[in-house]
Amino acid sequence: MSALEAVTAPRAAVRPLLRVCGLSKSYGETVGCVDVSFTLYPGEVIGIVGESGSGKSTLLNLLCAQLEPDAGTVEYDVGGEGLRDVFCLPEPQRRRLMRTDWGLVHQNPRDGLRMDVSAGGNVGERLMAVGARHYGAIRGEALDWLSRVELDGGRIDDRPKHFSGGMQQRLQIARNLVTRPRLVFMDEPTGGLDVSVQARLLDLLRGLVREMGIAAVVVTHDLAVVRLLADRLMVMRRGRVVEEGLTDQVLDDPHHPYTQLLVSSVLQV
Amino acid sequence: MSAARPAWDEAYNFAYLDEQTKRMIRRALLKALAVPGYQVPFGGREMPLAYGWGTGGMQVTASVIGPSDTLKVIDQGADDTTNAVSIRRFFQRVTGVNTTEATEQADIIQTRHRIPEVPLREGQILVYQVPQPEPLRKLEPRETETRKMHGFGEYGLMHVRLYEDIARFGHIATTYSYPVMVNGRYLMSPTPIPKFDNPKMRNNPAIQLFGAGREKRIYAIPPYTRVESLDFEDHPFEVQRWPHACALCGSRESYLDEVVLDDSGGRMFVCSDTHYCATRRAAGHSGAMAEGSVARALAPSAGKQEDSHERA
Ligand SMILES: Nc1ncnc2c1ncn2[C@@H]1O[C@H](COP(=O)(O)OP(=O)(O)OP(=O)(O)O)[C@@H](O)[C@H]1O
Ligand SMILES: [Mg+2]
Ligand SMILES: [Zn+2]
Repeated sequence: MSALEAVTAPRAAVRPLLRVCGLSKSYGETVGCVDVSFTLYPGEVIGIVGESGSGKSTLLNLLCAQLEPDAGTVEYDVGGEGLRDVFCLPEPQRRRLMRTDWGLVHQNPRDGLRMDVSAGGNVGERLMAVGARHYGAIRGEALDWLSRVELDGGRIDDRPKHFSGGMQQRLQIARNLVTRPRLVFMDEPTGGLDVSVQARLLDLLRGLVREMGIAAVVVTHDLAVVRLLADRLMVMRRGRVVEEGLTDQVLDDPHHPYTQLLVSSVLQV
Repeated sequence: MSAARPAWDEAYNFAYLDEQTKRMIRRALLKALAVPGYQVPFGGREMPLAYGWGTGGMQVTASVIGPSDTLKVIDQGADDTTNAVSIRRFFQRVTGVNTTEATEQADIIQTRHRIPEVPLREGQILVYQVPQPEPLRKLEPRETETRKMHGFGEYGLMHVRLYEDIARFGHIATTYSYPVMVNGRYLMSPTPIPKFDNPKMRNNPAIQLFGAGREKRIYAIPPYTRVESLDFEDHPFEVQRWPHACALCGSRESYLDEVVLDDSGGRMFVCSDTHYCATRRAAGHSGAMAEGSVARALAPSAGKQEDSHERA
């Protein structure tokens, strides 16, 4: 039994939320990711770290069905009815998953927000997509979510292009969480932000994820982010997972020489 | 029956288009009628008018018109604007059909931006000129994506637009091209008709055909079809209302245009549907300014300001 299986053994009674097997993707000659397998349980947060070009975003995009794999499967517990291969789901169902049960927080808020739609409209979009047709109720929900991500409700009718980077990122989070997804994918959620803004955003994210029991896959090259957010960690190098385990164990006692290098370089900062 | 009807200019095939093209367009029309509100691509032909002058509508009209049909052409409700006159003359020349301004006498009515006030009847065909067939285009520029949104019935984004209206103006400020759901399935642009006309699309006994020349799309609403204007439960769809009646015929039911009378800010409101207004006046109805010299000096559409909408 591997260390990871030992760790997850107590969860055996719980059904997995996401199961990934032998996932590979290359871009012509360039390796994207190779033979990645793992299982994620409800409410669990897994971090993916590695240097630039190690395949983190490729893996994340495969997981949320934005990219088609060359080999391997991604199975998700659709509607709590058991694992189903997401690439075999009919497209409308997969798209529906995308805007209800899943969330996707992009590194660049520009990719995840509608810049010419008000903050309220951005948060309300998913509600309207699943049939909400009461303006007052949609607006109420949007206001509630703005306050939960610590945005001033007075900005509800402002467009995000007038927001700071940190505010845009919080709006992106609100826009995703409003349908109470069970699984959220995040690519460098604090990338490009000032250190102090990063810290507050991380606290906020951790609070929401814990409180709502959301499972998450968080891609970052920042070990401080995974230290704070992730229960488990996968370390990637040249498309492969070279080490995985509980976050604190991996960071405090790295086994793979590459992980040791990553950890030591962060300590020098 | 030869004397009654002028022959068409035989330098052209009947109705200008060749028979094969007409058959192709009719097939697209049949498909469009079978799937109400769905945009059917068709191999559009060049017409002797620039895009923006109703070439899509003209191709549809050319494909459905027969020698014994009577044609009416309106532009924003008026039979006498340059656009309406040139299309009417074109069809007279290439078909020799009778034309009329009387809505009830027309078999085919080609229109830009209005539905006549007089209710249509079974057997009539209303042909709309369409500048932009895709109601989602402003929200989603990618054609591959809008095609999926129609395919999967993902129309939440349209409500985001209405939400934005209410957030900004306190009410749904969209007054023309107001989006509709056809037969509970397809989101459709009603073309830039005023939302005042939207309710007329619903359960209409006539056939409604839509032709977009530049985008090469045809769509249709068969007779007696459900057509609903999108709205919110707490902000229901409403049509425009005016505090006054038509200055010429006194109608309080029709869609009114504002007409500027003089340089000192004088203005009046008159029916946009010129035939409707004239018919009422002929029947003895009159409005506040009907007897004034100003009214006589002004044909109902003479001072009409050219709207800023894109031309069909
Ligand atoms: N669309 C693409 N076409 C070709 N090569 C790509 C594409 N996307 C990624 N790659 C290559 O695949 C490899 C993995 O890239 P990926 O973006 O997954 O890395 P990453 O770990 O997310 O890096 P970063 O930390 O810089 O975001 C890299 O060599 C990259 O150049
Ligand atoms: Mg990346
Ligand atoms: Zn009138």
